[in-house]
Amino acid sequence: MSVQLKPGQGPLEYARRPWIIILFGLVLLFLYAPIASLIVFSFNVDKSGVWHGFTFMNYVKAWHNDAIFYALSNSLTIAVLSTIVSTVLGATTALALWRFNFPFKNTYEGFMTLPIVVPEICMGISLAMFFSYTGMMAGVRDWLWPFNLINIMFAHIAFCFPFVAVVVRARLQGFNRQLEEASKDLGATELQTFTNVLVPFMVPSLVAGGLLAFTLSLDDFVITLFSSGPGSITFPVKIYGMVKRGVDMQINAASTILIVITLAATLLAMKLQAPDKSGH
Amino acid sequence: MTDPIISIRNVSKRFAGGVTAVDNISIDIMQNEFFALLGPSGCGKTTLLRMISGLETPTEGQIIIGGQDMAFTPPNLRPTNMVFQSYAVFPHMTVEQNVGYGLKVTGVAAPEIKTRVVEALEMVKLSHLAARKPDQMSGGQRQRVALARALIKRPKVLLLDEPLSALDAKLRDDMRMELTRLQETVGITFIIVTHDQDEALSMASRIAVMDKGAVAQIATPGELYEHPSNKFVADFIGKVNLLDASVLKQKGKTVSCSTQSLGKFDIDTDKTCGTTATIAIRPEKLKLSIAEPKGAGLVKVKAKVRDVAYYGDTSHVIADTDSGKELEINVQNDSRTGGSGVERGQKLWVHFNPHDALVLTE
Repeated sequence: MSVQLKPGQGPLEYARRPWIIILFGLVLLFLYAPIASLIVFSFNVDKSGVWHGFTFMNYVKAWHNDAIFYALSNSLTIAVLSTIVSTVLGATTALALWRFNFPFKNTYEGFMTLPIVVPEICMGISLAMFFSYTGMMAGVRDWLWPFNLINIMFAHIAFCFPFVAVVVRARLQGFNRQLEEASKDLGATELQTFTNVLVPFMVPSLVAGGLLAFTLSLDDFVITLFSSGPGSITFPVKIYGMVKRGVDMQINAASTILIVITLAATLLAMKLQAPDKSGH
Repeated sequence: MTDPIISIRNVSKRFAGGVTAVDNISIDIMQNEFFALLGPSGCGKTTLLRMISGLETPTEGQIIIGGQDMAFTPPNLRPTNMVFQSYAVFPHMTVEQNVGYGLKVTGVAAPEIKTRVVEALEMVKLSHLAARKPDQMSGGQRQRVALARALIKRPKVLLLDEPLSALDAKLRDDMRMELTRLQETVGITFIIVTHDQDEALSMASRIAVMDKGAVAQIATPGELYEHPSNKFVADFIGKVNLLDASVLKQKGKTVSCSTQSLGKFDIDTDKTCGTTATIAIRPEKLKLSIAEPKGAGLVKVKAKVRDVAYYGDTSHVIADTDSGKELEINVQNDSRTGGSGVERGQKLWVHFNPHDALVLTE
């Protein structure tokens, strides 16, 4: 007798097969249970691993903890400033690669994306060596805040801007060149065409790339650890230091905030990067 | 006769890598003409249009627009505007903003832009969609936006690059009428690029047929169809049966020729023939009959029907003569019963009046 399919058993309806659903559930559990427990225990009344009741106390304590507050404001400052610089740098790089042909273009493009693939530890060490040799590690220590963080910003820009460039480049690939021609045909100059047609088209990728750079910068640990001198501590580095001295629910609270910020930024970036049919 | 609005003089375009897209073309286009550049893909018609618009510069030659050589003037400074094949409507702007764009970037005052946008939208019947974004519109509507956006600039010449190719068949017919109407209303020169002979024949007042970067013939639609100057044009515009003939003698305008499949006959021509020529005859000028046709001077041959393609209003019959020549005959289905009445395998007489045939020498 031939095999008969029932409704809901079509060849591509995997999501209705029980074993797939169970496997999917296990994967989710394995990936997210640690994060979920971290968030749950940030609301625990004491610091044992046992649930003793709900409180916001940990958040209040973390807020009033000067060391945590200082580290968080450092991190946010670094993230905002390096996001701005990497977005401009990444966007202009993407434009140059999209618009022009020049010798060794492919080679350049390959080298530009290196920071995405080079192990962070290698990049961290090379930056640390660079800052030491040039005297920048010690040199900026006494500068006025936030200029004393400039080494970390340089390091973050170096590994963030390729991400922006890749995102913007991908968007530009879908640009209909006839829009540019139409603008010029209608009387616009090169500059008017750029600001009226090309930039609005790039905006979603600029925001998406910027948010990507922001989250990368905000939670970076390895590269930051190597390129920060004494006194310029960031949030992830601070948490690492606190964990070494023992568990405290303030860490959970602070980490939860970090998760929320990065999650929000990532969701926004994904929404803006969603493919659209405009311009075709 | 007035001066031409556009005069293309000895224009060539060679791309890097040795490809010659346009090869020494000269065309004069008059004020208020609906001019079509027609040819197969790769014949250089779009490149020529882009050179007129300024989006491409010629390698050689002059492009005189309104009495001024503009071959190297950038597109934003030319009195021409273009409707692009992809329409190129700005996706982030509303219809209103799209239409007003060309005035805004050239510094026209806001109140004037407003009144002219209203006018332009009325002209293309889009007033009710002024606030829409392009992604909420159909292809036909986007095309109207592109038209309004170009016409609002009051150009001396409107350039249209394959404007109907992305529309479905019904809409294409409507748009054809619409474009002809618009051209009459605004009274400016339209230059349209197309690969579709029906489009060119039905809309244009004059057509330049292009082949491999050169002009094969410039003429009115009727002239092109009934008096093609060479084999390429005869074959590209409509369908045609081509017969190789040897010329027996020419006496003034009358040529006696001999063909393998249709025997000997006399035919009139203005051309001076050598020893060989090609006889061209359109499928609708060939007739079919069951009995042997009688009539002085008729050219006739017996043929066996190989295929009948039914098109509703006409049927296209393919028949082979005894000597193996394939002929295409169009039959009007002018009665509701019986259709063309022609069946596959049937043996029939194919005949024509030599006045309806044409001698081609090249």
